[in-house]
Amino acid sequence: MADTIKVGIIGPFSGPFALQGKNFQAGAEAWLAQNGKTVAGHDIELVYRDLPTANPQQARALAQELIVRDKVQYLGGVYFTPDAMAITPLLKQGNVPLVIFNAATSAIMTSSPLVVRTSFTLSQTTTPLGKAAVERGVKTFVSIVSDYGPGVDAEGAFKKAIAAAGGDVKEAIRIPLNTTEFSPIMQRIRDAGAQGVFAFLPSGPPTLGFVKAFSDTGLKKAGVKLFAPGDLTQESDLPALGEAAAGLITSFHYAVSHESEINKRFVAAAEKAIGAPDLVSFPAVGAYDGMFVISKMIAATAGKQDAEKAVEAVKGLGWESPRGPVKIDPETRHITQTIYLREVAKDAQGRWINKEIASVPEQKDSGLTK
Amino acid sequence: MQTALSIAMDALAYGMALFIICIGLSLTICLMRVVNLAHGAFAMIGGYIASYAVRDLGLGYGFGIILAMIGTVIIAVPVERLLYRRIYDRSELSQVLMTIGITFCVIGITNYFFGPTLKTIPLPAELARSVDLGFRSIAGHRLFVIASGLVVAGGLWFLIERTGFGINLRAAVENAPMARTLGIRTEIIYGLSFALAIGLAAFGGVVGAEFLPIEPYYALRYMVTFLVVVSVGGAGSIPGALAACLLLGAIDVTARYLVPDFGNFFFYLAVILVVCAFPRGLMGRAQ
Repeated sequence: MADTIKVGIIGPFSGPFALQGKNFQAGAEAWLAQNGKTVAGHDIELVYRDLPTANPQQARALAQELIVRDKVQYLGGVYFTPDAMAITPLLKQGNVPLVIFNAATSAIMTSSPLVVRTSFTLSQTTTPLGKAAVERGVKTFVSIVSDYGPGVDAEGAFKKAIAAAGGDVKEAIRIPLNTTEFSPIMQRIRDAGAQGVFAFLPSGPPTLGFVKAFSDTGLKKAGVKLFAPGDLTQESDLPALGEAAAGLITSFHYAVSHESEINKRFVAAAEKAIGAPDLVSFPAVGAYDGMFVISKMIAATAGKQDAEKAVEAVKGLGWESPRGPVKIDPETRHITQTIYLREVAKDAQGRWINKEIASVPEQKDSGLTK
Repeated sequence: MQTALSIAMDALAYGMALFIICIGLSLTICLMRVVNLAHGAFAMIGGYIASYAVRDLGLGYGFGIILAMIGTVIIAVPVERLLYRRIYDRSELSQVLMTIGITFCVIGITNYFFGPTLKTIPLPAELARSVDLGFRSIAGHRLFVIASGLVVAGGLWFLIERTGFGINLRAAVENAPMARTLGIRTEIIYGLSFALAIGLAAFGGVVGAEFLPIEPYYALRYMVTFLVVVSVGGAGSIPGALAACLLLGAIDVTARYLVPDFGNFFFYLAVILVVCAFPRGLMGRAQ
């Protein structure tokens, strides 16, 4: 008789970040729709738990509840780093692996050997950006990041990459997370007289305000170049950004417009699951690949609950993802992937997309290698 | 010097946007004695209506503003009749509970129907253009916001100090039972003032959307800012609210330029100092 294997998914399904949670769900459902609900004769059942904003205590409580009461064999999801950090101490005791669909701070991987990550880190996406910027003739930069874990990671990675490429970060500014009025920051950039700006802010009102202010205050017209990780131009924000974002160069692990047969099928399935075509964004691909990893874990343990064996089985696992070829790095358990340079442009149908212009294959997480 | 002037322009624009949104709240708190925490929600509704009218229906920006104000008032009137009217004479605690409940309902409804993404209100070409002021170029939209703020301040002052409606309103505020005895229909006065406050909120939501982007959590995200502006200015005082918005806008914008890492520290420091020195706000009247 086939068992039912429960997978608990924790994410922001309501609240200000609900779009990202919906993308988790769309990614996971898309995988089930394409591959069926049984793996090696075992039925998979997804159990969703809502964590609207970053809240470590609640994250821990939800994970505990999923492990003890719902008896899940696998945990997945987690949008914010602090939540992931709060869950990792439970894994060993609960004999449950955690597959992270988004949380993007490098240090999570060192907090438990039972974590596998299918998303990206800021260090991973930012590192190729420094080199690309200097290659485009931009030598002096102002770096602007939101003052929290991933922001600090991004700033560090960019500074390192710029130093290696022979450029110079003249000023590194950290701003509060909730800033939405950016004119003073734009004036700072103008006064610093840098040729380029590096910016990382989490997707949402801040990124919209930032990109608009950059264009409105005339910096864009004055020829200052803006470089950023893909969070600044996630696909669901592009219709709102429009012309203001045109030509912006970002680096990221996934663009919804990525040209491949497998991505086309993935996007179609994810759009169906999320219910509206313009809502699909990067967390969906993390969830989709996360489900693939979990299915391999289930197959490797023949449906038995053995977290260590499950994680061991996916170390070094490589496959073709909608984002391109990927691999789980056996040492860090973080995904090795191609990072793309993209430019915001219109596609043939006149919709704004992140158009891939160059790719840097096999990027590991540079944030973990000191 | 150029930088200082440049920051001053930004501060002025930001302060004026805050003023247009908050002055309605200031009026409801002082004139009608209702702590309306849902005020921001009405600003947001205005923003959604304008966004829909301009972006999806392709109407002009001016039409968008008018539709937003009328639409928001139409939505607000039944809410005032059914819900607010019950809390006019109740304790502040019930008012806070009721209006914060309304805020959460509005957030939930907007999130459910319109999704969690941001909504923009496309600006017409004249406002999207940057205008060269000599020392810097500024987005035309910011000049429009500054002008709108001045018009709102002047218009309100005229309405309250110089018209028959203003006289009735002041009478109803000072002594409602006496005003009723004199034949002033306080219910109508309250209803009209509420509609005016909501209309201004919607207007502020639309013209301020470039500073405070429209999304479902708008009301909650900026609730503290709005309340702080009103308490620093002194509830019910138009010059007070204007002074508070300009002062706090200036401090906020300057601190963000000079010491961005300090976050909102200087903003709240200023608030604490003002409230210590002027417990009723900069120009609040004695109760």
